[in-house]
Amino acid sequence: MSRRPLAAPARQTGPPRRRARAGLPPLALVGALLGAWELYAESGSTSSYVLPSPHAVAAALWDNAGLLAANLAPTATEVGLGIALALALGFALAVLIHFSRVLRRAVYPLAIGSQAVPIAVIAPLLVFWWGFGVFPKLVVIVLICFFPVLVTTVDGLEAVDRDQLKLLRTLDASRWQAFRFAELPAALPAAISGARIALTVAVIGAYIAESQTVTVGTHAGLGHEINADLTALQTPRAYAAAVVLFAFAIACFYALSLAERRLAPWAAQPREVRA
Amino acid sequence: MPTQLQSRPRPSQSGSADVGIALQGVGRTYRDRRGAGVRALDAISLRVAPAEVLAVVGPSGCGKSTLLELICGLQRPDQGTVACAPAVLMPQRDLLLPWLSALDNAALALRISGLSRERARARAAALFAEMGLDGFEHSRPSELSGGMRQRVAFLRTLLSGKRVLCLDEPFGALDAITRAEMQEWLAGALAREPRTVALVTHDVEEAIVLADRVAVLSPRPGRVLEVLEVEAPRPRARTDAALIALRERALGALQGAPTPMVGAR
Repeated sequence: MSRRPLAAPARQTGPPRRRARAGLPPLALVGALLGAWELYAESGSTSSYVLPSPHAVAAALWDNAGLLAANLAPTATEVGLGIALALALGFALAVLIHFSRVLRRAVYPLAIGSQAVPIAVIAPLLVFWWGFGVFPKLVVIVLICFFPVLVTTVDGLEAVDRDQLKLLRTLDASRWQAFRFAELPAALPAAISGARIALTVAVIGAYIAESQTVTVGTHAGLGHEINADLTALQTPRAYAAAVVLFAFAIACFYALSLAERRLAPWAAQPREVRA
Repeated sequence: MPTQLQSRPRPSQSGSADVGIALQGVGRTYRDRRGAGVRALDAISLRVAPAEVLAVVGPSGCGKSTLLELICGLQRPDQGTVACAPAVLMPQRDLLLPWLSALDNAALALRISGLSRERARARAAALFAEMGLDGFEHSRPSELSGGMRQRVAFLRTLLSGKRVLCLDEPFGALDAITRAEMQEWLAGALAREPRTVALVTHDVEEAIVLADRVAVLSPRPGRVLEVLEVEAPRPRARTDAALIALRERALGALQGAPTPMVGAR
């Protein structure tokens, strides 16, 4: 130590401490919000049917852990399958739109319009066609989630460096090779950003899907559970179910961030250039 | 030693199949954003023999890059004709693909020509040491220095196997020391394996050190003001008195000053 006076000892314990410090702001914010909520709920200005206090929600979460877990399973399945289908559809449409001007003119306005259709209008039709299973719910989620993937991927494909395409042409690349070597990877980070937006709305999409369609069975999903609890004035349990959705959405988001680092590692790195 | 590069077909000196580059009365006008016609090039007639290096110097915006795109077939001339063996463009920026490793970037032309990933990599890897790039095969472009990125871009260009290289300010983005190194390296590479080269640059010294002939273009619309022969033997020292005299002459032509000697062509 005496030979290296510049290496400050505090620095050597830096990374773990820094990580702990990075976790502090979100925890402090959540703590402050929970405290304010607790004070407001217990002040008597609202009824516990309208706003249960955090400790009542925590108690409901604890007491109904089995029930909530059983209801998370179908919702997680819907979100997982729905997001996979939405990614596939959004990406495929984006590629078609990128390759064909005619398709761009034909498909884009419809895709935009599809986002304005209230699900309640078409939900009865979906149930009429496909019944009470998972499929009509998937349709609802896909309808809500494909759009952010479509828009970001189309923009990503357009944003490819024109000079890059010129270079590939002088290397005799075919249209397909230009797509495969340049456009597709260039669009990938944008597509993943779209997937991230899609994933967060997929959870609320699952809630809408469960609310608007009919499910037969005991554990019909968290959305279903929330609606049933609200009707039965089991407000703390409805909040507990919402907390589970909240945590599920955050977990999905960070899982996708991990996937991004594997799929598009060049985009995750800082783009510094050594001269 | 560049065994792989040397094994590629050499430009035929007889000129029966290989025309090198022949531009005859070429003119090109493009439309700017407001739709007005901008004359980029006017009545350009240039010939580059197979395995000859022609440098094109001129002020900014004189249509030098347009000239290279015409040669590469990326644009068509409005007037005149362009005849050229298959040409590959090396653009101003290295344009390496950030998602590919240095090795895969160098092997890109081979992949496009239909070689499998493994065979393309093997052929490119064989040249990495000679380029001073060994150990960096798996680095991403963002992890390489500017000079290394340029060398990878050169390797990609050379491995395309095209007989004509169109180099657009290949060293413009490099610092002075790296640029001098790269010029030396390029001179060596062309000595080992001659190709027909059209080299666009705004650096007159670079043009004279590297080229057999130097074409001086006027401000837009680009016209050929003068073509200077560089007859000094290679390898060339930039301090050579004859080269310095040529440089002054080219600079004089660029500035529109009366040249001390009558134009060579």
